[in-house]
Amino acid sequence: MKLVIKGGRVIDPKHGLDAVTDVYIASGKIAALGAAPAGFTAQRTIDATGLVVCPGFVDLSARLREPGLEYKATLESEMEAAMAGGVTSLVCPPDTDPPLDEPGLVEMLKHRARSLNKARVFPLGALTQKLEGRELTEMAELSDAGCIGFSQADAALTDTMTLMRALQYAATFGFAVWLRPQDVFLSRHGVAHDGEVATRLGLSGIPSCAETVALSTILLLARETGARIHLCRLSTAAGIGMVRVAKEQGLAVTCDVGMHHVHLSESDVGFFDANCRLVPPLRTDADRAALREGLADGTVDAVCSDHSPVDDDAKQVPFGEAEPGATGLELLLPLTLQWAREDRLPLHRALARITHEPARLLGIAGGQLGLGSPADVCVFDPDTDWQVDRKALYSQGKNTPFLGARVQGRVCCTLVEGHVVFDRLHGREARKPAVS
Amino acid sequence: MRKNPQINQHGELNHLLTLEGLPREILLHILDTAASFVGVAEREVKKVPLLRGKTIFNLFFEPSTRTRTTFEIAAKRLSADVLNLNIGASSQSKGETVLDTVDNLSAMHADMFIVRHAQSGAAHLIAQHVAPYIHVINAGDGRHAHPTQGLLDMYTIRHYKPDFSGLRVAIVGDLMHSRVARSEIHALNILGTQEVRVIAPKTLIPSGVEGLGVKVYHNMAAGLAGVDVVIMLRLQHERMKGAILPSAQEYFKYYGLTPEKLAYCSGDAIVMHPGPMNRGVEIDSSVADGEQSVILPQVTFGIAVRMAVMSILASSGS
Repeated sequence: MKLVIKGGRVIDPKHGLDAVTDVYIASGKIAALGAAPAGFTAQRTIDATGLVVCPGFVDLSARLREPGLEYKATLESEMEAAMAGGVTSLVCPPDTDPPLDEPGLVEMLKHRARSLNKARVFPLGALTQKLEGRELTEMAELSDAGCIGFSQADAALTDTMTLMRALQYAATFGFAVWLRPQDVFLSRHGVAHDGEVATRLGLSGIPSCAETVALSTILLLARETGARIHLCRLSTAAGIGMVRVAKEQGLAVTCDVGMHHVHLSESDVGFFDANCRLVPPLRTDADRAALREGLADGTVDAVCSDHSPVDDDAKQVPFGEAEPGATGLELLLPLTLQWAREDRLPLHRALARITHEPARLLGIAGGQLGLGSPADVCVFDPDTDWQVDRKALYSQGKNTPFLGARVQGRVCCTLVEGHVVFDRLHGREARKPAVS
Repeated sequence: MRKNPQINQHGELNHLLTLEGLPREILLHILDTAASFVGVAEREVKKVPLLRGKTIFNLFFEPSTRTRTTFEIAAKRLSADVLNLNIGASSQSKGETVLDTVDNLSAMHADMFIVRHAQSGAAHLIAQHVAPYIHVINAGDGRHAHPTQGLLDMYTIRHYKPDFSGLRVAIVGDLMHSRVARSEIHALNILGTQEVRVIAPKTLIPSGVEGLGVKVYHNMAAGLAGVDVVIMLRLQHERMKGAILPSAQEYFKYYGLTPEKLAYCSGDAIVMHPGPMNRGVEIDSSVADGEQSVILPQVTFGIAVRMAVMSILASSGS
């Protein structure tokens, strides 16, 4: 299959490209930019006039809920959501049911994902068996089965000796360990940021020090063991500050923040909006500003959607009992664009945080439009605005703090390995979103 | 700013979920209406026909005797039909959600729900879910709010000290876990109280509480100096010993209201307590039963205040 995407504004953050040009694709790879290669005959031409053409997005945290949690979402529904959101590579955390702690489960997930022929799925293996924080998993076997790293997801790992051993073992093979810093005891029973808003609403708080205390342990153990650490979804100004210092000192850590935390803060909980029950909790305006600063100066490597589809029943309960999480794959682009607009960032710098930068820290080939790289491409209209409502979302999870909001920027067309897997341009979408 | 979910499009009170953000006029209207109901209890026939034909459900997801009883009496004095449902944790664990329960009762043509729940925000959840003609009164949700208690405390204060603008009020005890304290703080500020203080050890002070409009003290001598109203909070048994407080004895010694500590207050200060009291833990018996105590009048006024809230809600939107 040969195709050409003509006349779009092509943005490739890795190569500093931002120009109106044509993208030629052959055999699933980027064949040329600008002029057609010799003898190139396109079987299909996508007219991208007035649209942006960029690498498909790389999302560092998207829960697909398989295996075991299909009542929340299925691989089919969430892969559709990924395509509709322009996400062509995604990392899924191991907190499925059962958790991804055996090679067979990982192989099955990879196989199911491949057979759908949509986004590339990079599973994180469980760092400990059943995510219980006691016994190590067979990391090497899990890596052979396709795990890109190892993680405790949001499960506790209270025993610091076990944590150190896990880091040492992972470091033996050079595996990356993904950790979300949160002290178990300081966050116990907490459902919202410990501060004035939680006090007003009478919600149990999670203090900022729950993040920094755990972060300091992780950073010290990273030095001690030499393990490659990726820090997930930092939420506090103090945490960002600690990572900035660690990076200045040459420690090989990377980190991401969740898209919602770039936009929202504790006051958005409003009158107990269960869609704002997130992990980590939405924090203060000052914390949000610090996350944005970290993104601007490179302390924070990437923004992830932290996609967590939750069924309605689990949200239509009092705030403290609601299951945390928000659907996010389809909002990653519009919210990235909104952040770029608000902070007056050049588009290529904002898009780098959801393309090239996460791909670089994963060590995968996507996230760029270099010659010969896989033709994972997103074509989007930066100006179209649309209303986030239940019908507009492909994800089975309709839980988002942005429900009812109008957002700007819509994916028109998504390509994976040169195949058009989502197409709003020609009214030939694979299917209508599931309405429930 | 989000729409206040307890006020309808005509600016009327449609539910009573929290006192936070209530317009001063609505709060005063409730207190004035309550004043007109105080006399009802002294009549030979303690009833007025305002809510005749209305069905009110006392929906208690958390055990309570006192609050439920006062709501029941208030509803009966307004001639409503009242049904008490004590839905313990056990029936919740059978799988029926709060909203399932509410839907079922709505189908029985309920006019009003009085809700108590251990989770903050439960009353908001129900109010946002029910049909527009159904009114919800929050009878205590988690640590969040207990608005009728807050109102009856305001009624009591106003009865003895009519001018809030010259008052210093101290709230003493477990601020961290108290929905009563939160409702009182909001009401006192809405009514223009000169100074609202809270007094407790640091383990019982929630973070950012200053933002609600209070001055924080950790010492009774300093905190009680010159105050006109002292409100003591109940300390739950499970918090008397552990990681929050070492012992009830030490708590009483430093934070219990004794005649000696009461002497720090203004000479004509009144002493209040939302009940039930732990004598010898947060308050000494001689103070609880003493001349400055208005703890029993609080209970009496509580019925009139709840009658006022019910009658005002029932007349909204009609």
